[in-house]
Amino acid sequence: MLSRSLTVLARMTVTFLVIVTLVFFATRMTGNPVDFVVGEGLTSEDRALLIRYFELDGSWWAQYRAFLRGFIDGNFGLSFIERRPVAEIVAARIWPSLQLLLSAMALTLVVALPLGILAAIRRDHWTGSAAMAVAFLGYAVPNFVLAVFLILVFAYWLNWLPVVGNATALHFILPTVTLAAGLIAALTRFTRNAMLDVLGQDYMRTARAKGLPERRVILHHGLRNAGITILSVIGLQVAGLAAAGSVVVESIFAWPGIGDLLVRSAIRRDYPVLQFGVIAVAAAVIVINAAVDLAYAWADPRLRRGTLA
Amino acid sequence: MTALAAPRAPGALARLWAEADAVQRAALVLALILLALALLAPLVAPFDPNAQSLLARMRPPAGFERARPGHWLGTDELGRDILSRCLFALRLTLGLALAGAVIGLVLGGTLGLIAGLLGGRVEAAVMGAVDAQIAVPFTLIALFVLVLFGNTLPVLVIVLGLYGWEQYARIVRAETRKLMAMPFIEAARAAGAGPVRIARVHLMPNLVSPLVVQFTLSLSGIVLLESTLSFLGLGVQPPTATLGAMVGVGRDYMPNAPWIVIAPAVTILLVTFAVQILGDWLRDRADPRLRPR
Repeated sequence: MLSRSLTVLARMTVTFLVIVTLVFFATRMTGNPVDFVVGEGLTSEDRALLIRYFELDGSWWAQYRAFLRGFIDGNFGLSFIERRPVAEIVAARIWPSLQLLLSAMALTLVVALPLGILAAIRRDHWTGSAAMAVAFLGYAVPNFVLAVFLILVFAYWLNWLPVVGNATALHFILPTVTLAAGLIAALTRFTRNAMLDVLGQDYMRTARAKGLPERRVILHHGLRNAGITILSVIGLQVAGLAAAGSVVVESIFAWPGIGDLLVRSAIRRDYPVLQFGVIAVAAAVIVINAAVDLAYAWADPRLRRGTLA
Repeated sequence: MTALAAPRAPGALARLWAEADAVQRAALVLALILLALALLAPLVAPFDPNAQSLLARMRPPAGFERARPGHWLGTDELGRDILSRCLFALRLTLGLALAGAVIGLVLGGTLGLIAGLLGGRVEAAVMGAVDAQIAVPFTLIALFVLVLFGNTLPVLVIVLGLYGWEQYARIVRAETRKLMAMPFIEAARAAGAGPVRIARVHLMPNLVSPLVVQFTLSLSGIVLLESTLSFLGLGVQPPTATLGAMVGVGRDYMPNAPWIVIAPAVTILLVTFAVQILGDWLRDRADPRLRPR
């Protein structure tokens, strides 16, 4: 378990360094980073100071070290538009994003797990096909198209639900449904595939043979084994999907989260905010992946005891 | 594996048709129609997609009150014909998606092949890059690159081309490793074949079927990515018509002129439905767990 934690930690660090390095080279390829990170309206002394701080007159290696030092000092630059530290701007957006993400995840789990199990055990029945059809819709309908249709029907035609901001509980409904649709599609498929793998196993036959009720066979023996696979998928795929989805969903519904911030800063070319935001979201996804990787090891007794390499 | 061949010969297409169910046949027909419309857009479109007519702004589709004859799907906020714009947008979207998918295939496939053939440090480097790519949602990378390098058409094509490279690399590497352990490769090597010949003659033909599946799946991903970026205002720039941008702009006129947004939205749905159904179908054919029991 300990060696596994260290492996996960090492891989996490390497991935993060790769991403930061790519960002570093991408920014150095496109001109003077001082102009990118600080913008206009800089006195020549301040400019000289910044060039010294980031060692921009030095070698590439020195510049790279200085870039990494910025992360340790918490110096990520100022927003071009708001003239505040970018870390502060991003931090203010975390909680609304998290709220939306959590409510979408909750909806996803409640809908996708039963649908996926149904699709697996009723594979040759019309209910199974119907479950997969729902999953298919979630995959094939882009989330911004779904959002547009939901807004047309529920906000403009029926006049039931609000569409801008996050003031009340009612404001949660449309963004949550839009964000969850794609996640439901993904998780339903993964759940079905994981269940299909499990259903053919010998222990399922044994459980039935010893006379357990079907419900217990499916939930206790089937889902608990499939659950380990499903857990890893939630971490590896759903975290990425949710991060990408919230960019679109938040910007459509003017949700004051990180996704909305990223799109706004991209459109306004507020480069420091975008750079820090992308790195922050990537870091969050990496941490979630690592956490799930560890939870996965813990949830599987074979891995926990180290009997399965 | 032998059952899945690339649908390149007419015979293969006929065989696919024979075993398709009704939905899959409909998707195949729809895909062909969309492709034909995209290719023939300059001939079929009734109007110039960018021609404005300020006296005929926001007219509803044919059959509604105030409709203008000739504009079957109505006109947008600048009096441009929506049908013509949809057709040209479809052409651009499919063209960009195909270009992007081919770039991704060549890039990811080559890296995967090199990693699988050479192993060692090269393999570790490629797979490290694949892991890093998987960790970061691609939409974020696309936003970042488009802002950094400017959202011009060449940059957009490169961004779309990068989409999904890691999937190709993973698949090709795994398949290559599996094949390299097989006796026929060993025999080829014993007979004196170099790595290039082994890759070309012995590996490539065996990689076709998993790559066809992945190509179709990533095609629909690229269509989604392109329309999402255009929707957010970061893709192809106006006045050029793209489906995502039409939805994005039409959003502002939803209360009074919902057809401006509905027509391109439905076109996007038709494309993603057709491509996704075909992709799922090809993938299921390759998955032994899902063969009829």
